Amino acid sequence: MFCYSLTAVICLALGANGWAANIPKEELKSLDEQVQEIKKDIINQTAQLKRLEEKLLFPSNTQVALFVSVNNKKFALQDIELTMDKKIIAKYLYNFRDQSALQKGGVQRLFTGNINTGAHHLVVHISGRSPEGNPVRHSAKYALTKSVGPKFVEIKIAASEAADVSFQDW
Amino acid sequence: VQRYRSLALCALWLFCGQVWAGPEAKPLHDLFYGEALYLAYQNRHFDAITRLDIELGQFYAQDQADLDPLVFHQNEAEFNVGDLEISYRMHQRAGRALKAIIEGKVPQSVRNLAAFRLARILFRKGQAVNALHVMDLIKDPVAEAIRIENTFLKAQIYLATGRFKDSSRLLQTIQHEEKVRGYADYNLAIALAQDGQREQAVKQLTKVGGLRSGKPYMLALRDKANLALGHQYERKGMAGKAKAFLDRVRLDGPFSNTALLKAGWMYMALQQYDRALVPWTLLHKRQTSNANVQEALLAVPYAYGKLKLYGKAAALYGHAMNVFGNEVQRLDDSIDSIRQGKFLKAILREEAKVDKFWMLNLSKLPDAPQTRYLLDLMASHDFQESLKNYHDLAELQRRLKTYLPDLAVYEEMIEIRKHYYTPVLAKIAIQFRNLDTRIKLRVGQRDRLKKRIASMLINRRPAFLATAFEHNALESLAQLARRRNLDARTAHRIARLKGIVHWRLESEYDERLTRAYINFHELEVVIAALKKQYNAFVRTRQMATQSYEGYTIPIRQLRTRIQQSQRIVDQLMARQGKLLQIMAIAELERRRKKLEKYQIKARFALAESYDRANKAKALRLQKP
Repeated sequence: MFCYSLTAVICLALGANGWAANIPKEELKSLDEQVQEIKKDIINQTAQLKRLEEKLLFPSNTQVALFVSVNNKKFALQDIELTMDKKIIAKYLYNFRDQSALQKGGVQRLFTGNINTGAHHLVVHISGRSPEGNPVRHSAKYALTKSVGPKFVEIKIAASEAADVSFQDW
Repeated sequence: VQRYRSLALCALWLFCGQVWAGPEAKPLHDLFYGEALYLAYQNRHFDAITRLDIELGQFYAQDQADLDPLVFHQNEAEFNVGDLEISYRMHQRAGRALKAIIEGKVPQSVRNLAAFRLARILFRKGQAVNALHVMDLIKDPVAEAIRIENTFLKAQIYLATGRFKDSSRLLQTIQHEEKVRGYADYNLAIALAQDGQREQAVKQLTKVGGLRSGKPYMLALRDKANLALGHQYERKGMAGKAKAFLDRVRLDGPFSNTALLKAGWMYMALQQYDRALVPWTLLHKRQTSNANVQEALLAVPYAYGKLKLYGKAAALYGHAMNVFGNEVQRLDDSIDSIRQGKFLKAILREEAKVDKFWMLNLSKLPDAPQTRYLLDLMASHDFQESLKNYHDLAELQRRLKTYLPDLAVYEEMIEIRKHYYTPVLAKIAIQFRNLDTRIKLRVGQRDRLKKRIASMLINRRPAFLATAFEHNALESLAQLARRRNLDARTAHRIARLKGIVHWRLESEYDERLTRAYINFHELEVVIAALKKQYNAFVRTRQMATQSYEGYTIPIRQLRTRIQQSQRIVDQLMARQGKLLQIMAIAELERRRKKLEKYQIKARFALAESYDRANKAKALRLQKP
C-alpha cells in the first residue's frame, strides 16, 4: 500500500495536469496526423518551387553562388560585405543565431546571382570579434573565373587575432 | 494513467526540450549539405528539411551517385532529415524513413542508430510496447555516442511496460553519467517504488533531493523530489522529517508555492497555528491567480481563527472574497475573450514570442485573455502539441500566401521572355540552318582528309599529295598518250614528262606528307574553334528556349496543389484553433468553479468569524 502511495506522491510531485479538457485522444491524434501530412505536402511543394525558381532566375550558364563558412568555433563574425567588379552585391549583419550556426559548421549561402562568363573581381570585407574579444577587420580579393557551368565559391573565414580569408571553388 | 503521464513527462524533459543538436563537426564535402546544416542549426526546420530533401532527391536521381560529393554525408544526411522531421513534429515520416533504414541492407551500427531513434519516436507517441520491440533490434556493440541515451530510453520503456526490476537494473548502471544525471535518479526512485522496494525508493528520492547543481532543470528536479518526500512524510505523520524536506524547496523555484502551502498544513496538523502562518503569509502576498495562493487566502484566516483572532480572520476572509470576486470576473472576461477568438490572435502575435515566457507575456497584450491561468494547462502534452501545431500551421499559411504571387511573377516573366525570344529565334533559326549545312560539309571534308592522311601513314600513296597543277599535268599527259598516230619522239617525251612528275611526287613524298600533317593540325585548331562557337550558339539557343518553354504545365499543377494545400491548412488551423479554445476554456472554467467554491467557503467562514468575534466580545463584556 505504501509503495503505491509513494509512487502516487512522486507522480503528484511531477505536478502536470496532463489532461486536455474532454477532447478525445483519437481526435487529437487524427488532427496531428493530418497536420503532419500537410507539412509533408508543403515541403514537397516548396522544394518544387525552389527548383523552378532556381531554373528560372539563375540558369546554370550564368549562375554564381557565394557561400560563407567560419573555421574557428570561437570567432564571432559580425558583418560581411561582398563586392564584385566594384559593385556591392551583398551585405549581412550576423545575429547570435547566425554566428552560432556558422561556428558549428554550417555554411551560409550569402549571394546567388547571374554573371557573364569570364573573369570577375571579388572583394570581401569582414569584421568580427576574435576568441579573445578583440575587434577584427579584414579584406580579401579573389579572381573569380566564370565558365559555362554554374559557379560556386566558398569564402572560408579562419580568424583568431588576425582574420584569414581564403576562397575555394566548388 | 497518471503514472504513465508522469513517466512520459520525465522523458519529455530530457528529450523534447532539446534543440536540434546536429552531427559532430566533420570535414565538409558538400557545400549544399553545409547550407542545410546552417539552416538546421538555426532551428529553421522547415527550410533545412526542404534543402536536404532537394539535395537527397538530386543525389538519388543521378546515374552515378558515387561521384556526387553528398556521398560522403549520405547516411548522416538521411539521419539528419529524420532528426529534423522529429524536431518539426513529423514523426510519421521520420518513423517511415527510419523503418526503411532498419529493413535495408545497412551495417549493424547504422541499424542500431535507426532503431534507437525509431524507438524514441514510438515511446514519445505512447507506444511503449512497439518501442520495446524496436529496441530489441539493437545489437552490441552500441555506439558510444548513444550508449547512455539508449540505456536510459530502454529503462523508461521498461518502466512504462511494468518491468520495474529491469528498469531499475538499467538505471543503476547509468545513474552516475552526467548526461542523465538527476533524471536517471528520479526514474530509479519511481522504478524502485513501483517494484515495492520502499526503503530504497525513499533513499533514492532523498539522493535526488540533495543533488548539487547550478542547472535550472536539476534544481527543479531537486525541488520536486523534496516536495514528494515532504508530502510523503507528512502523510505518515512524521512532521519533523516532512518539514526538513519542504524547507529544502527553493523559495523562488517553480514548486515554491506548493511547498509553502504544504508546510503550512503540516504545522496545522501539529496544531502549531502560529507557525503555519509563517509560510502562508509569505504565500498570501504572491500572484493571486495561482491555485496555491488562492488556497492560502483561505488558509491564513483559518489559522487566525484557530488562534482565536476572529476579527483578523474576518477581515482576511473579506479580503479573500474580494480577491476571489475579482479573479472570477477576470476569468469570465478571459473566457469571453477566448470565445471571441482573441486568444488565437494573441498567440500568433510576434511580440508575444519575445522570450520563453511568451505565454505569460500574452496577458500583458491588449485584448488578450488571462493566460496566467493557463500555465497548468501549458504543462499538458496535448495542449503543448496543439499549440505548436497551431503555430506551424500559421507559418505554413504565411508561406503559402507568398507562393501564389511568386508563381504569377514567374508566369509573367516567362511570357515576357517568350515574347522577346520567339521572333528573334525564328530569324536566327533560318540563318543557323544555312550555316549548319556549310559547317557539316566542311566537317565532312575534314573527316575524309583525316582518314586519308591516316591511311597514307601505312600505305605510301604519292598521288594523293599531288598538287592541282601536277594532277592536271598527269591528266593531260594521259590524254595525249591515248592519241593515235603518235610518233615515237612524242611518245618518248610524254613518258619523260610523266616520269618527271612521278619522280617529283616520289622524291618529295615525305616532305609533302609532313606538310600535309602540319596543315591538317592547323585545320583541327580552326575546326575546334568552330565547334566551340557552334556549341556555344546551340547552348545559348537552348537556354533561351528553356527560359520560357516547358513551364506552363508544372506551374499550373503546382498552383493547383498550393491552392489545395491552402484550403487544407485553413481547415486544419480552424479545427486546431477550436480545440485550443475548448481546452483553454475548460481550464478556465475549472479554475472558476474552484474559485466559486472558495467564495462560498469564505462567505460562510466570514459569517462564522463575525459570530465568534461577537461571542468573544460578549464574553469579555460579561466578565467582571
